[in-house]
Amino acid sequence: MIRIKDIKKSFGDVEVLKGISHTFEAGKTNLIIGRSGAGKTVLLKLLVGLFAPTSGEIWYGDTNFVQLNSRQVREIRMKVGMLFQGSALFDSMTVEQNISFPLDMFSKMTTKEKLDRVNYCLERVSLEGANDKYPSEISGGMQKRVGIARSIVLNPEFLFCDEPNSGLDPKTSIVIDELIKSITLENNITTVINTHDMNSVMEIGDNIALLHLGELAWVGNKEEVLESDNDLLKEFIFASPFLQKLRNAATGKM
Amino acid sequence: MNNLNIFHHFGKYFLFMRTVFSRPEKFSMYYKETMRQMNDIGIGSLIIICLIAIFIGAVTAVQFSYQLSGGLVPRYYIGYVVRDIVIIELAPTFTCLVLAGKVGSNMAAEIGGMRQKEHIDAMEIMGVNTATFLILPKLIAALIVIPLLVAIAAFVGNSGGYIATVPTGLLTAEEYIQGLRSFFVDYNVVMMFVKAIVFSFILTTVSCYQGYFVKGGSIELGQSSTNAVVYSSILILLFDYLIAIVLTQ
Repeated sequence: MIRIKDIKKSFGDVEVLKGISHTFEAGKTNLIIGRSGAGKTVLLKLLVGLFAPTSGEIWYGDTNFVQLNSRQVREIRMKVGMLFQGSALFDSMTVEQNISFPLDMFSKMTTKEKLDRVNYCLERVSLEGANDKYPSEISGGMQKRVGIARSIVLNPEFLFCDEPNSGLDPKTSIVIDELIKSITLENNITTVINTHDMNSVMEIGDNIALLHLGELAWVGNKEEVLESDNDLLKEFIFASPFLQKLRNAATGKM
Repeated sequence: MNNLNIFHHFGKYFLFMRTVFSRPEKFSMYYKETMRQMNDIGIGSLIIICLIAIFIGAVTAVQFSYQLSGGLVPRYYIGYVVRDIVIIELAPTFTCLVLAGKVGSNMAAEIGGMRQKEHIDAMEIMGVNTATFLILPKLIAALIVIPLLVAIAAFVGNSGGYIATVPTGLLTAEEYIQGLRSFFVDYNVVMMFVKAIVFSFILTTVSCYQGYFVKGGSIELGQSSTNAVVYSSILILLFDYLIAIVLTQ
């Protein structure tokens, strides 16, 4: 579980996050949604320590992440996996080397044990046999899956996904969503996903936080989304005319 | 404002260097990376360094033979002057200026590209101390390989002097070799290696600093690569002067 308390972040005179408090629960897919510029990516980068908050607290379990020194931060990060928007796979390494990199760096496994673990992770993301391919030789969806494999190779307790479906077709997006959801449930991971994808919201949104202009505008789950009277949420979720028509059809409105 | 900017970068550079010299997570990974860098810097630069050194030696020899053509100074002095000027000044300085352009810009672009593609962020989140992992192997490799390249450049430079003077009839082989063997001061070789080590440190760390903190897009990446070469070259020349003052007192 990750708790944030009154998190503020400013860049110069611009206050991007204006005092956000929220809890990201373990074993659930916690979604951060909101329009572009709402502060989602900044919040995600604060959670993983790539930015330092201007004020506020970030609690990983019983540890206040903000007060740790760089060595202690690195120890927490050993429990963290992250899937980047652009996958961030190392171009000069094969799929196998990419996934094995955290093991090479931090584990005392033998070469055989590492290979078994890499193969298990590849199997988990349905990419068996892709070991020797380079990132440039596989599709965007496959790159995302390799990114997921790399992020789970050290059995993380916390998984962060920045726009996991961006640039993917709807079918591949569903595969990625289902994969993230099942990994979260299997290992009781605290998963935080930053997304614009409405399908993700409705399919895997166990705990949804809507950000609007740096403030928390709404919190709920996928069942509560359709029933909510929150104007900002409705404006965001039903921004597309197609979804408005679907909603109207479902509620009998013309 | 610009003065403050210089102090800002100066402080940031020293804090960066403190992080670079942290304890490595796993020595085997650093060893592999250091070997790769030694190959890239050493083998990858050998031909260009030899080419440049041969012409430096040749030009120095030809020009000195022109300046000493009055007859008052013995002709074998050409070999002596070429040897000393190549060892003390031209081999370390020219080699490192060329490497600042070739290796330094490459390091800045490589690390800057990793920053822009979020590779550095990905490593940070895995728990890797990226400043140490990305820079320390390059620095160790440079500190080992560049002095060796400088020594090779010194040898090739002196050979270049021979090639430019003996076959063309400016000097006999005996005169040139007599010059090379006259008044030899081994302290000059020490000075050459001191310069090579200091210049290697400058060109590696300044270039990596430029790449590591790059922000923005491809234009900024290009600028960081250019800055790496410009700042490294200026600092190399500045330290060349300072080392000359300190070591020749």
